[in-house]
Amino acid sequence: VQPAAGIAERDEPLRHDLLSPYQHGTSPVHRLPATAKLVGALGFVLVVALVRGPAWGVYAIAAGALTAYAAISRVAPGTLLTRLLLVEPFAIGVALLSLLQPGGAMVFLTLLSRSTLCLFCFVLVSATTRFSDLLAALLALRVPRLLVTSLALTHRYLFVLIEESGRMRRARASRTFTRGRWLDWRLSATVIAQLFIRSSERAERIYAAMCARGWTHDGA
Amino acid sequence: VHIPDGFLDAKTALVSGGIAATGVAVAVRSVSRTIPASRVPLIGVASAFVFAAQMLNFPVAGGTSGHLIGAVLAAVLLGPSAAVLVMTSVLTLQCFLFADGGVTALGANLFNMAIVAPVVGYVVYRLASGALGNTRRGVLVGTALGAWCSTVAAAISCAGQLALSRTAAWSITFPAMVGVHALIGVGEAVITTMVVAAVARARPELIAERGIESPRARYADLAGYGVLISIGLAIFVEPFASNRPDGLERVAARLGFAQHAAPSPAIASPLHDYAVPGLGSAVASTVVAGAIGIVVAFTLAYLLARFLAPRGAAGGGNR
Repeated sequence: VQPAAGIAERDEPLRHDLLSPYQHGTSPVHRLPATAKLVGALGFVLVVALVRGPAWGVYAIAAGALTAYAAISRVAPGTLLTRLLLVEPFAIGVALLSLLQPGGAMVFLTLLSRSTLCLFCFVLVSATTRFSDLLAALLALRVPRLLVTSLALTHRYLFVLIEESGRMRRARASRTFTRGRWLDWRLSATVIAQLFIRSSERAERIYAAMCARGWTHDGA
Repeated sequence: VHIPDGFLDAKTALVSGGIAATGVAVAVRSVSRTIPASRVPLIGVASAFVFAAQMLNFPVAGGTSGHLIGAVLAAVLLGPSAAVLVMTSVLTLQCFLFADGGVTALGANLFNMAIVAPVVGYVVYRLASGALGNTRRGVLVGTALGAWCSTVAAAISCAGQLALSRTAAWSITFPAMVGVHALIGVGEAVITTMVVAAVARARPELIAERGIESPRARYADLAGYGVLISIGLAIFVEPFASNRPDGLERVAARLGFAQHAAPSPAIASPLHDYAVPGLGSAVASTVVAGAIGIVVAFTLAYLLARFLAPRGAAGGGNR
């Protein structure tokens, strides 16, 4: 969706490319089973995040492994780096707290390298695995079906609802000529409330549609 | 705050993961037993709603902006167990898809934002709105108080987890996290209350039904979450709050020792003699400070509710 000039300049959430991490490809790592990738990523993150102290050797090997994976996947490096930079500020923010204690610089560097490696690992997995395959992997790993159904629906309707809220904001912006902070808050609250009411009505229609396609409570 | 990977050590990650998994299991069981099949899709769509609502930014002072967290909003609109599932979906999706919040820290993040935040918020909401006779205004006062308390409670728990992992000292994380989140909580309270007020205007029955769960199941679940939250806070926060220098070492040693075995004895053991040594003037001053805080918070929440629900507003059995 290309936002129209002017009014829609505040509608950054509509950047779908940022919300869909999957980069289509046919490389060997794309074709690996999702369960293997998920379990592998979990193992990787467990080792990197939980190994004691600054273990630079481990971090170097881990970085090498991730770079190799990225190279095999043939996803554009720019895309991967952009995604990494987008998620990095959260980690830096929390890591800054550690600078305020004695010997904090070392702790800061350790935290930063660990979290960057883990972030990059999941950036890579989500770039090379379809979300539906990830969900199937979760089911295979015995995550309760209710939770997986709920994740699937969340992912499916996330985009629908973001667009809906974007349309509501645009409609509002085209009718609101004065602007104040309090008014902004009140109107946004109304938008959120309407979004909830529409969501709960939509859920009823979705249920009817699911039943019409033969859905049962324990899933099929 | 979503804790990223690498900020928690093994014992904290394992313990919080275990508690969070138990809490989510309680919620899954409760929801699949008490919610009619026709409402199951609502859990997923409501998660998408919370996710989308979190992307709407509000201008705050000085060019910065904030967004809704939504735990208490979900709890007020859907009920506590449904809110636990909604927040679990949101956080899991953010973690796996957008690398927002670490995978090893997912348990800790779930504990803080999918269990502590909605459950604490819901309990405060029900107590406060019940005390005001479940009027429209009472619901709004309860929502405001619940939203503030839930934000601060989640921040305290997060500070404890970071300190227990020795990422940063408790003396730094506690004031930093709680100070910032006391302010964020005010914003969360205002926006959550305004949304609930708007829903109550448009669809009063959604508020009056108090969520989609059956009330009977709710109390048993709340007791279950209460036990889990107490265990969690006893492990994450109590060692620091009691000012006993050996508390951290003791918990660490016990948990480190018990890591291979079943985690349950390790969780229960730190509880037995903690409550006694701290009693005294420190407790009295804490109680006084807490009482003053509650009065101030209640007054603010009441003023907000009065502003949003003027006399004569329809529905909810007004006075």
